[in-house]
Amino acid sequence: MNATPTSTTPQGTPSKSAKRDRSALGSRLVQAAFVLVLVGLWYLGTTYGQISPILLPNPVRVFDELVDVLATLEFVSDLGVTLFELAIAFSISATSGIVLGYLISRSQYSIRVFEPLLAGIYSVPIILFLPLYILFFGLGPSSKIALGVTTSFFPIILNTIAGFGYVERVYVLSARSMGASDYQLFRWVLLPAAFPIILTGLRIGFTVALLSILGSETIASLAGLGHRIVHLGEGMDMARMFAYIAFAVAIALTLNTVTSSLEARARRR
Amino acid sequence: MAGNDLAIRVRNVSHQFGEEGSTQFVRAMLETSLDIHRGELLCLIGPSGCGKSTLLNVIGGLLTPTSGQVLVGDTEVSGPLPQEIAYVFQENALFPWSTVIENVNLGMMFQGVPKVEREPRARKSLAAVGLSDFANHYPGQLSGGMRQRAALARALSLETGIILMDEPFGALDEQTRMVLGEDLSVLLSRTGKTIVFVTHSLGEAVFLADRVAVFSARPGTIKEVIKIDEPHPRKPGFMTSEKFTDLRNTLFALLHEEIRKAMEQSAASERAAGRDGHS
Repeated sequence: MNATPTSTTPQGTPSKSAKRDRSALGSRLVQAAFVLVLVGLWYLGTTYGQISPILLPNPVRVFDELVDVLATLEFVSDLGVTLFELAIAFSISATSGIVLGYLISRSQYSIRVFEPLLAGIYSVPIILFLPLYILFFGLGPSSKIALGVTTSFFPIILNTIAGFGYVERVYVLSARSMGASDYQLFRWVLLPAAFPIILTGLRIGFTVALLSILGSETIASLAGLGHRIVHLGEGMDMARMFAYIAFAVAIALTLNTVTSSLEARARRR
Repeated sequence: MAGNDLAIRVRNVSHQFGEEGSTQFVRAMLETSLDIHRGELLCLIGPSGCGKSTLLNVIGGLLTPTSGQVLVGDTEVSGPLPQEIAYVFQENALFPWSTVIENVNLGMMFQGVPKVEREPRARKSLAAVGLSDFANHYPGQLSGGMRQRAALARALSLETGIILMDEPFGALDEQTRMVLGEDLSVLLSRTGKTIVFVTHSLGEAVFLADRVAVFSARPGTIKEVIKIDEPHPRKPGFMTSEKFTDLRNTLFALLHEEIRKAMEQSAASERAAGRDGHS
């Protein structure tokens, strides 16, 4: 037998990937230029234009405030509260979502029963439960954690069901025909088949948990980054409020980049 | 009866899917009996949906028949028999998240081969199908024909006496399946394995088989068994010989009527129940 396969390297041919790199660099440059122009307009409008500093403070002042926030480590306690809420909420929803999702995926009957039900609840705007959670759990971190769990639980459990529940039948049949035990089937067939899909669910869950926790802190809370931002706004300390917004955006971007690259790395394996 | 030269005995096997009276109900196989000799290559051929694959899955222990029994050697089949039977499925039964050699090793691990023996056996069976250079490729990086060779290597590495093949070349183009058929004939003539091979290609059946069992339309049962008296390994020249053409024509005549019947059935059942995927 002599097959003559055409070259099939995993990442495509070198020239193609070089071209992709170059166009990626180009779009990065355009993105950076876009942000620079926006900041430039912001600077010009607030320095020479008639824009009130109450509505939009000067970017130089915002930058000075940001430096102060970072230098004095004032942000630590609020960031700590937000990250604490996020960590607890995400651990609860990841554990319960994966375990319950796996159990549901074990029978086609329970998939048929639960999957549409969960997908239905997922489409409800869960932020509407916040007043209820505040009544139940108070203004502290508990109500934020509850909201974070509720928003992130559904994408995680739905992706877990999708991952374990729809493994190609022929993989299971061939493993069984070769004598795979229940454990071997799980470890070497079901788990690797489901893993990338579950990982996507975890990434989506993490992002929505962060968003809903920051959002709910701005609505009713005692501490946290969202709380700090609203508090500064109510005190008319606009430059410092903008500095905190920039800080929160940077944190959110960092966390999302980290989770996305973790996902990409695990997929490549 | 002289049991030792019979590898597989199929006794009055019937199978139905779904409950009688429901829209899903299909009587796939009716009172099928068949003896398969040790070391022969037997092709099952018939109209689609006639129960060829069902019979294969019953022999392999992946499906428990509604009635009847199958004996492999002297053991009654009641579940997979990984020590006796290896499978090659229609397509894409390799695990896409593992490399070719990992796929072969996993099969042996499932079967219970000690760890130290796996690697050399995997290398040997990959060499046998000509895939030594692709051991570390993922299935997605191989062509359809190469994937099926890898699946064959996985089956060979299990060193079973019996290999069941469910339309293994069904998804490949005509040229590729011709070449793979020749290679298979060469490969298997050396090993003395018992092969049951499901196909719907008349040419493939005549070219590969020692005997061809022709199925009737649903409920499937074996209508006739044709002997192909031609030594292995078979040369491409066999395909253009008069003998080949005659045998092919005999099979065609046997099948033609059944295929018409099957098509009318499937049109009728599609109207009745919509599409439901079991074959």
